[in-house]
Amino acid sequence: MSNDDLFEYLLRLGDDRLVLGHRLSEWCGHGPILEEDIALANIALDLIGQATLYLHFAGEVEGKGRNEDALAYFREEVEFRNLKMVELPIGDFAFTIVRQLLFDAFSFLQMQELQKSANSELAGIASKGYKEVRYHLRHSSEWLQRLGDGTEESHDRAQKAVDDLWRYTREMFAADEVEERLHAAGIAPDLRMLEPQWRTMVADVMQRSTLSIPSDVPPLEQDERGRHTEYLGHMLSEMQIVARSHPGAEW
Amino acid sequence: MQQDAPKAVDDAALNARFEARIEAGETIEPKDWMPERYRTQLIRMMSQHAHSEIVGMLPEGNWITRAPSLKRKMSLIAKVQDEAGHGLYIYCGTETLGVDRAELVDQLLTGKAKYSSIFNYPTLSWADMGVIGWFVDGAAIVNQTVLAKASYGPYARAMIRICKEENFHKKQGYEIMATLANGTPAQKAMAQDAVNRWWWPSLMMLGPSDANSPNTAELIKWRVKRKTNDELRQRFIDLTVPQAQAVDLTLPDPDLKYNEETGHWEHGPIDWDEFWAVVKGNGPCNRERLQARRDAHEKGAWVREAAAAYAAKHQPASASNAA
Ligand SMILES: [Fe+2]
Ligand SMILES: [Fe+2]
Repeated sequence: MSNDDLFEYLLRLGDDRLVLGHRLSEWCGHGPILEEDIALANIALDLIGQATLYLHFAGEVEGKGRNEDALAYFREEVEFRNLKMVELPIGDFAFTIVRQLLFDAFSFLQMQELQKSANSELAGIASKGYKEVRYHLRHSSEWLQRLGDGTEESHDRAQKAVDDLWRYTREMFAADEVEERLHAAGIAPDLRMLEPQWRTMVADVMQRSTLSIPSDVPPLEQDERGRHTEYLGHMLSEMQIVARSHPGAEW
Repeated sequence: MQQDAPKAVDDAALNARFEARIEAGETIEPKDWMPERYRTQLIRMMSQHAHSEIVGMLPEGNWITRAPSLKRKMSLIAKVQDEAGHGLYIYCGTETLGVDRAELVDQLLTGKAKYSSIFNYPTLSWADMGVIGWFVDGAAIVNQTVLAKASYGPYARAMIRICKEENFHKKQGYEIMATLANGTPAQKAMAQDAVNRWWWPSLMMLGPSDANSPNTAELIKWRVKRKTNDELRQRFIDLTVPQAQAVDLTLPDPDLKYNEETGHWEHGPIDWDEFWAVVKGNGPCNRERLQARRDAHEKGAWVREAAAAYAAKHQPASASNAA
């Protein structure tokens, strides 16, 4: 295991949460009910807070003087290491909730395992995140049940979101050499072990929500970290515009 | 509606007793008798206040995705989220007067209810996130500190709780401005430009001058308001001028001068034509703000229906019996 591996892994953890938190924050002021403006903003805050910790640590591991802001605001899209699923536009509320559930369940298992990481700093960040993710998972599970088992329209919207998002899920468990080396060193969990647990958790919520998991959706090709959809570049151009217009400025 | 007693009850004796309670500085609670006019005035004021918190999320929400650092991004999300909480809290307070939130929201969306004129101005640079906290939350604090002593209990209590957060928002906004004012020349210019654009609308935000404020006398008599708009405006100016000087930003009023005798800062004439135009719907962003609220409401309709349908299906048996 090299520092490069750890750096890469921390970027994955940080970028997933930064990008998803950014997407969620787009709901602020536009939610379906005031209570959800508040709840989604809360989750966005937690995710960006977690991202800040991972990216800060990534900067230290890299040792080139980059802090969390340098990593968030001055990397190009091809340097981002997040899952494609989290960078997709927010869609309707059903899409947002289904994506949250799929990610929250993954993140819950990931954080649960990472608390035991041989890297104590990583374990510390994960255990703080774990407490937050438990709440996120409850929020997305409860909403998915309301939508799936609510009206015919909400059911159809939720099912469509599941169908549209399902092909992005394999990427979460695409273990490459980086993850394997980190797992061997006791730093990262075994993604192959997480996958069946994730499937069970998600299937359970889907069933309670009267939704079905599509069986005939082929996963995306090229689903390794660092490959992106066309959406990320647009998101970053907005996110980074002020910081990049004033290089070296303090905010 | 809460009031099921016949109108005739609204008689002189009850009225006299109510006035005496107000006179004695007592707090009026939801179950207490109150004149219908007091109730409607409070509903109007409180719901306007709640709508302002909600519409006020939009101009700042406009910069969440562009905040220039992770720390600023988080504090901006948290601030806008606080405003949502304020809106929710004040809507709940208004509901104690026997009107429900859905009805109040409907009044906002149909344009029947008003909200603060300040939120009809556009946010054009990152510095606007600083100046809004500093001026707009600052002016809100001046107003709400006084409202925290209002005669209606639920409103007064809401103000006490909300004021704490507004103080934090103001500090945060001022800190953004201080950082920009001490930053690069471009940042300083950005800060000054934001001050130039927001100063006058912020003064107007405290309401029309006393001569043109038809509700003031009655509201003061009932201790719903405790100070006139002009008094509040003066207080805001007196607080803000030294703060601007401390960070070397110039308030765009050539007539601004300190009066040694009164101890107050005197300001130049306010363009009330602009204020009334904005109030009547012709500000730079009135249409966009209302449309954004309508869009959110309409796009969210199926979600609210789903939640209601799910709750009805999964109601515990005991609860459905009780209902
Ligand atoms: Fe507020
Ligand atoms: Fe505020």
